Amino acid sequence: MPGKLKVKIVAGRHLPVMDRASDLTDAFVEVKFGNTTFKTDVYLKSLNPQWNSEWFKFEVDDEDLQDEPLQITVLDHDTYSANDAIGKVYIDIDPLLYSEAATVISGWFPIYDTIHGIRGEINVVVKVDLFNDLNRFRQSSCGVKFFCTTSIPKCYRAVVIHGFVEELVVNEDPEYQWIDRIRTPRASNEARQRLISLMSGELQRKIGLKVLEMRGNAVVGYLQCFDLEGESGLVVRAIGTACTLDKLSSPAAFLPACNSPSKEMKESPLVHPPSHGCRSTHNSPIHTATGSRLTQNFSVSVPTLIYTGMGSGSAGKEGGPFKALLRQQTQAALEQREFPFLTLTAFPPGLLVHVGGVVSARSVKLLDRIHNPDEPETRDAWWAEIRQEIKSHAKALGCHAVVGYSESTSICEEVCILSASGTAAVLNPRFLQEGTVEGSLEQRIEENLPVGCGFCHIPYDELNMPFPAHLTYCYNCRKQKVPDVLFTTIDLPTDAVVVGKGCLIQARLCRLKKKAQAEANATAISNLLPFMEYEVHTQLMNKLKLKGMNALFGLRIQITVGENMLMGLASATGVYLAALPTPGGIQIAGKTPNDGSYEQHISHMQKRINDTIAKNKELYEINPPEVSEEIIGSPIPEPRQRSRLLRSQSESSDEVTELDLSHGKKDAFVLEIDDTDAMEDVHSLLTDVPPPSGFYSCNTEIMPGINNWTSEIQMFTSVRVVRLSSLNLTNQALNKNFNGLCENLLKSLYFKLRSMTPCCLCHVNFTVSLPEDELIQVTVTAVAITFDKNQALQTTKAHAEKTLQRASTDNDELLQFPLELCSDSLPAPAFPATKEHLESASSNSGTPAAQRATSVDYSSFADRCSSWIELIKLKAQTIRRGSIKTTVTVEKASPMGDGNFRNRSAPPCASSTVGVVKMTPLSFIPGAKITKYLGIINMFFIRETTSLREEGGVSGFLHAFIAEVFAMVRAHVAALGGNAVVSYIMKQCVFMENPSKNQAQCLINVSGDAVVFVRESDLEAMSTQQSAVNCQTSCPGEVTT
Amino acid sequence: MTSELDIFVGNTTLIDEDVYRLWLDGYSVNDAVALRVRSGILEQTGATAGVLQSDTMDHYRTFHMLERLLHAPPKLLHQLIFQIPPSRQALLIERYYTFDEAFVREVLGKKLSKGTKKDLDDISAKTGITLKSCRRQFDNFKRVFKVVEEMRGSLVDNIQQHFLLSDRLARDYAAIVFFANNRFETGKKKLQYLSFGDFAFCAELMIQNWTLGAVGEAPTDPDSQMDDMDVDLDKEFLQDLKELKVLVADKDLLDLHKSLVCAALRGKLGVFSEMETNFKNLSRGLVNVAAKLTHNKDVRDLFVDLVEKFVEPCRSDHWTLNDVRLFLNQYSASVHSLDGFRHQTLWDRYMGTLRGCLLRLYHD
Repeated sequence: MPGKLKVKIVAGRHLPVMDRASDLTDAFVEVKFGNTTFKTDVYLKSLNPQWNSEWFKFEVDDEDLQDEPLQITVLDHDTYSANDAIGKVYIDIDPLLYSEAATVISGWFPIYDTIHGIRGEINVVVKVDLFNDLNRFRQSSCGVKFFCTTSIPKCYRAVVIHGFVEELVVNEDPEYQWIDRIRTPRASNEARQRLISLMSGELQRKIGLKVLEMRGNAVVGYLQCFDLEGESGLVVRAIGTACTLDKLSSPAAFLPACNSPSKEMKESPLVHPPSHGCRSTHNSPIHTATGSRLTQNFSVSVPTLIYTGMGSGSAGKEGGPFKALLRQQTQAALEQREFPFLTLTAFPPGLLVHVGGVVSARSVKLLDRIHNPDEPETRDAWWAEIRQEIKSHAKALGCHAVVGYSESTSICEEVCILSASGTAAVLNPRFLQEGTVEGSLEQRIEENLPVGCGFCHIPYDELNMPFPAHLTYCYNCRKQKVPDVLFTTIDLPTDAVVVGKGCLIQARLCRLKKKAQAEANATAISNLLPFMEYEVHTQLMNKLKLKGMNALFGLRIQITVGENMLMGLASATGVYLAALPTPGGIQIAGKTPNDGSYEQHISHMQKRINDTIAKNKELYEINPPEVSEEIIGSPIPEPRQRSRLLRSQSESSDEVTELDLSHGKKDAFVLEIDDTDAMEDVHSLLTDVPPPSGFYSCNTEIMPGINNWTSEIQMFTSVRVVRLSSLNLTNQALNKNFNGLCENLLKSLYFKLRSMTPCCLCHVNFTVSLPEDELIQVTVTAVAITFDKNQALQTTKAHAEKTLQRASTDNDELLQFPLELCSDSLPAPAFPATKEHLESASSNSGTPAAQRATSVDYSSFADRCSSWIELIKLKAQTIRRGSIKTTVTVEKASPMGDGNFRNRSAPPCASSTVGVVKMTPLSFIPGAKITKYLGIINMFFIRETTSLREEGGVSGFLHAFIAEVFAMVRAHVAALGGNAVVSYIMKQCVFMENPSKNQAQCLINVSGDAVVFVRESDLEAMSTQQSAVNCQTSCPGEVTT
Repeated sequence: MTSELDIFVGNTTLIDEDVYRLWLDGYSVNDAVALRVRSGILEQTGATAGVLQSDTMDHYRTFHMLERLLHAPPKLLHQLIFQIPPSRQALLIERYYTFDEAFVREVLGKKLSKGTKKDLDDISAKTGITLKSCRRQFDNFKRVFKVVEEMRGSLVDNIQQHFLLSDRLARDYAAIVFFANNRFETGKKKLQYLSFGDFAFCAELMIQNWTLGAVGEAPTDPDSQMDDMDVDLDKEFLQDLKELKVLVADKDLLDLHKSLVCAALRGKLGVFSEMETNFKNLSRGLVNVAAKLTHNKDVRDLFVDLVEKFVEPCRSDHWTLNDVRLFLNQYSASVHSLDGFRHQTLWDRYMGTLRGCLLRLYHD
């Protein structure tokens, strides 16, 4: 499918003065694609040239169309010497390659120079004519849609979710090539920008091919990252979830009006009907092993029936044999399917059946030069290993899939930590053959089953638990077992029933490490990792309890490696799930009970903790209905915990008794204070200040408990770099500094955005890096959304009822999920019991969280860790080329459903002016409907300066650069015809400075989905017309399917 | 632990009006922080001084980056780097070009040159306005002056078009440009009681009536030397004003004029006798001012002369504003009844404006 790319250069404006003598510029433009270059005429003596060029035409392969960016260079003509470059514009033409998206790119683009920043703007028009070509033995994957959004995009419906796709490409980093020594920084930066752009294009094309093999037509939750490995090269890698999406014909209609494959996909029937596994394979000639394996999985799938019988009633023991049977089958299926991972964090109703808990794996690697860029086997193998690990963790949790899956790296010199994490889950594999096509959501809902607390119910066998956990009967349906705490990496399911509001919870940690080289360094890091994981985990648990909550969503643990320290930062959104038991309090136990003043001190602390818990409960409106023991059923006794708890009995202040009363029969969380370390920890617990009134914050898409968003949004990026004084560097001092840094940053945000209250900071995303020895860099991107306080109460109630009904029905919703899951497919919300693999590491890390009354017992901490370490040592000893892994696992609990938080109906805001482009890290825009996805925005910029002081120092430099990046993103979106970027993310912000040389350099990588949105108020006006149109369009659709 | 870098960038650029004012007023970051602390913001918001410092720095940095664009406001509207809602853009521009009364009184009518710029130190010391703010205001005057100086067409419209100012502010700038161009003296001690508003009022009347543009001659011929239609006084008109001298030079005419005015005002004026005694002096003063306007030096002293020759004598005789109004009306109108006087139109063009100016200038 070759195509013709047409480019027209219209005009320029605000160009810089290039000729000092005349204060004017003689500008012309070079347009380059692949190896072809065209030039415009020179427009003499103007800062606002009007070139109005002819159409420059490039005849190219679609493979090139996907890989290559269009490169536009603006130059100043000079008769006697070389022409001076003013700047460049790179345009990714990918959005033009699928007709559903943009048809033309036209608009003003900032002219960007890596040394001077933005220097004026240029008006460009770009079009692509694609020739249909039925040759399927091709290397391009035009037509596959990409979305950064980690849920099914708003105006689409998922017909099939095929599963995980991944790819990576490697290359030498131009910055480290020999030639870099003789070329200018500008040339080197531009070479890098261009290379990364090319690699991204190639990567996307390759992923697209994989999607086509799987017979999908789209990638959702596409996450592309690059690893700057320095000397050893440049890796660009991406993961995503392959899907077959179906466009909802009208944005106003919620239901799929038709299932017609859209026009542009005719040549390859990407949207295959959701029929079963083995189907004829004419569609894709590139039928690889994976593809066929996939289909086999389906034929293997058996036990759909087993669970229908069980229904929701019988929990526990009767399930045993079934579970065992099922386990085998699932296992068999799992073995065949390579990686049953989804990068999605929100799911179509009914897809998510149970959640097991967080699974994560890390591995420390030594980087080595990539010898053959065409076969990046080492890197592939590394990731494959990690994914395998994740998979086995999930299996241990009785889950056959991992959702909310993500991967990341942290590199320092030659050491690299690879991390992957996700949430083990059981998904509903059921196919609805006809239903998907005709069944409207409503219809399906009606025929549905009870309650939607299902996702909290444990997927593993309670008699054979993967880690010690404290189970109770679900507080919602009272039929199934739930754990006491649930940690996940996904968004809160829309049908979950939540009490009160949620809040951002962070665990922060620093650990010093000796400077070392190579293997020694890797070993040191590997040895530290388990301690860090454990402590991060403990902090999270403590903070969660302190908030009086019982579940974490959107958990993201980032471990960053630096020269002489490791940093851990975990962020998550805490909520109180109504289905899970009320969390116990925190008790403080002293080591020396006879010392009077000490005793007093302890009881003072205890009082503060209790006060904080009470205050938090009030703040977040957590007043769960009282449930009597009998109704719930007796929890499974957990003798082990009781014994540990005894230590705290020395404590007997009034507060404690009160505490015990208020928490009823629940065991309290015990903190034993036996040294200053522990004291510090308790203090740090209490130093987290709640946001000022009128503010809420979370790191998930939506804030649990708030559903009446108004339309004002403000996306922002904030960066801080602090220098630690090299003296007195102890772990405690570090922790304190780091804590202070994060807390201050949050405080600053609240202060800056105070005019927006009441508002909520959503999708708060912290990234930590350690650019140099004593520097810590924290980057935060988030969006503040206003909401209406008054509307809140009424809507929630009405909503809750509705969603409750809806939720239950959702379970039956089908989403074809052609993973291995068919093996234990179950249509009902019954839970497929599955595995417990008592995995050594996982059991350990699981302990503190999973137990209802967990105890962090500092006195025995060392022991426990040492045994843990031994296990780890057993597991992985290899360092060179091998890996050392530490693993973290899981928790789990259960709620039930409520909460369509995304109540979009908001008072219409003043009509936005022309040219405004909104940006948000969320997948939606409050008070508006997304009517069209225009394509993915994936941009990479380098900025460098040799006059740092003149540009306002590091702050001035970076401030300007980030503002420029925003401007370039907005300009590209506007040129595509869009008015917003959703799922925006700044994936990388690498900042390096050399103040003594007056130099600094920064690399930024951002991505998101360009969309067109319409205000709901405007939409209503149009809706009447549209519904008429809908009827018409839906007709042809039925025919095709 | 020291902060090396600390920035906040919003997709929509955050503008804090209070901080903007502090910035415009030329306060350093530390002074601004101190002032904000004093305003009680910490208590209201529960923020810490560190937070305030960081916030102030951020805003200052933003304003610094915006300043380049504010120098050519249309650029602010078309630029892509800062996404700012139109209402905020207007506010940024308006506030940036707003000036202090105390400052403008010091500079009004002075040549907007380097020399004057050097005096800014003194002005700053005298007025208590920070040097930075003085510089901004001075540079604004100069910038506007440079842009519209050579432009044809309505001065106010030109300013509005190129600087996107509100009508009121554009009028003020028109006055500033007009005064700077004609170098009217406004700094003399006896003029100190006059406000910028008084001068701006006069400037507007003069632009409307005494410049080339005022005659309503459309710029039909682009090559003609009529470029600065609103900025320069109509030379021909000034030349013609000499003809008015006859009103005081011709004794009969002067006596006739006096008797006409006195007849009409008898019994109506609280200060009739004083008027009667002073009539000739006053009339001589007003007419001589007109006759002298051919010399640039005398044009510059216009306001000094008006105050000396008219305002001060009247004031010393305790004329009320109403007395002045009645007198000037009658004084202007009576000329029409002077049969021997042929320059009625000229007189009206001169006196119409002058009457307006004098009424405005007549206060304590």
